[in-house]
Amino acid sequence: MSSRDLILGRIRASIGRSGPADTSAVAAHLQASPRGPASQGDWRNSHEGVLQRFTERATALSSTVERVASWAEVPAAAAAYLISRQLPTRAVCWPTLADQPWAAAGLAVEARPSRGDDLVGITSTFCAVADTGTLMLLSGADTPAATSLLPETHIAVVPVERVVPLMEDGFALLRSEKGEAPRATNFVSGPSRTADIEQTVTLGAHGPYRVHLILVG
Amino acid sequence: MEIHSNDFKARAREALADQELQKALKLVQVKFVPNRAAAAAEYGDFEALRDAGRDIRNRALENLDLWLERFEQEATRRGAQVHWAKDAAEANAIIVDIAHKNGVKKVVKSKSMVSEECGLNDALEAAGVTPIETDLGEYILQINDHEPPSHIVAPVIHKTREQITELFHAKHHKPRQTDIGALCREAREILRPHFLSADMGISGANFLVAETGSTVIVTNEGNGRLCTTVPRIHVALTGIEKVVPTLEDLSVLLRLLPRSATGQAITNYVSMNTGVAGSGDSDGPEQFHIVLLDNGRSRVLGSELKEMLRCIRCGACMNHCPVYQAVGGHAYGWVYPGPMGSVLTPSYAGMEHAHELPHTATGCGQCSAVCPVRIPLPELMRKEREMQVDAGLRPWTERLALKLWGWSASQPWLYGLGTAIAARFLKGLGGEEKLIHRLPLAGGWTDGRDFPAPAGKTFRELYRAKKELH
Repeated sequence: MSSRDLILGRIRASIGRSGPADTSAVAAHLQASPRGPASQGDWRNSHEGVLQRFTERATALSSTVERVASWAEVPAAAAAYLISRQLPTRAVCWPTLADQPWAAAGLAVEARPSRGDDLVGITSTFCAVADTGTLMLLSGADTPAATSLLPETHIAVVPVERVVPLMEDGFALLRSEKGEAPRATNFVSGPSRTADIEQTVTLGAHGPYRVHLILVG
Repeated sequence: MEIHSNDFKARAREALADQELQKALKLVQVKFVPNRAAAAAEYGDFEALRDAGRDIRNRALENLDLWLERFEQEATRRGAQVHWAKDAAEANAIIVDIAHKNGVKKVVKSKSMVSEECGLNDALEAAGVTPIETDLGEYILQINDHEPPSHIVAPVIHKTREQITELFHAKHHKPRQTDIGALCREAREILRPHFLSADMGISGANFLVAETGSTVIVTNEGNGRLCTTVPRIHVALTGIEKVVPTLEDLSVLLRLLPRSATGQAITNYVSMNTGVAGSGDSDGPEQFHIVLLDNGRSRVLGSELKEMLRCIRCGACMNHCPVYQAVGGHAYGWVYPGPMGSVLTPSYAGMEHAHELPHTATGCGQCSAVCPVRIPLPELMRKEREMQVDAGLRPWTERLALKLWGWSASQPWLYGLGTAIAARFLKGLGGEEKLIHRLPLAGGWTDGRDFPAPAGKTFRELYRAKKELH
């Protein structure tokens, strides 16, 4: 007997199942996918409230947040952020952002997947979750997963209409727009951190040391 | 991992005398406990969230076979390979085989307690594959002669900064760093090249999502993301009980787990991996193997301890346990310390190897008061004690004493006589202070506190005297 059959057989014996299983409860739960409890609060009542919650939460998790009126202002905002912090102005970006006028803003940006030695990575996001100040990034041909991970600085462009209240809302967008989950669905909430030594939070463990969010709209 | 749980008393005594350890353990109470309380309060109705978490885990376990079949079907459809391991040896053999078939020499690992349970690193090394732990805590333990973790979330909670400074200095041959940020940077710089050159990444999985066939890991450092993104092969090793039905169910558990563990509303990274890199994908592994481990779990599912399988491994039970706070994790002698370990270790490793553990509790109930999925841990430990009695695993002195007591209690005249003598003897022992400093046959009880002396007469004597008055 294969280990698969052995284990499933033991499980069935333990839950007292004899004969064919009634799959209706499982099918009904998958069909309905009911939502559970979540944070309540007035912030969920308006989109400005949602954006404010996103900004507060992201800031509390050590991201920096700014808001610009349109995509045209994004390259200059990214350049100003990097220059003000004396960070490199050479970066990699998602291929989806290749057409932005980075050079005009004084940045040398290559649209390709990140290698281990890139210091700045620029991405957009599939959507963002206001409840926890979180980016929801989907991997793909033009949205490589490592751009938000390998560089020491991560800049993410977040269109305001893509900020949703809860993680469940992000999953709902995933189902309606993509049909199914890509290889990697990464929720990112600020710079990487560790508290392994004396429970003292230190930023920049293995991922970025800093995350800058540019809200657009 | 080798088991030393029956040495609990000796190991606890050593832990209490270890000044460095006692200094390090102070942080459990100072950090974890208030952080969890603040996160629960900030959320709002955390009790309703705990109810929902319990119900979601129960729903998964009630039809565990069906949810696992659904998980396997979806994961396979997306190009992952699902393997089933009945025990630790089989899990290790499966992973070693994947490594050999693909010419893997070096593996980067993100923290996985299931891999500790299996002793996977030893198996890989024996097969000529080098495992490199990349979680900062696990890395510190690995370079310190493969020391075992002492906490499931914070593996080096038992170490002080000074000890880590000395360890890095000795192993890295670099100047001593005393600043925590500098120590973290030093480890990052040593580990980054390994991520880029490893052939295989091994992770655990905090959850398996049946709906989508995805594995989910919850991390802060980013090493988990690196292990599952950069190498060409990803292996996820986890227990069969980790499955949850839907993405909505996952969302609820992702609210409970970090708040209960570290007091975070969400961890830095929540990484959901589904299948392999497609033809258009610009990064991600070409092979994704998921190893589902039983190792006693299916047996627990049919036992009186089945509620333990709801566990989502947050560590709140140990953080709030006065025994864990005093002795730390190594005293428990296996992978899972604290109250969760006192239930899991005898279940997975066999009661005969861990019969001390169900007794390593004060019965204060703090663990079940904070458990995010409402596991009645003290009740489960009491059930284990009953199992020990049924299996004849208690010492002969205890069995004889209880037999004698049972017999005498069924003889009213003998019981009356015995208790009358005992009441007078203990009154005499208490003296004028009415406190007994050392109780015969129960010295362990009076080692830490005085026993109040009885008044000298039994209840039955007083009752009879009062009745005669009327």
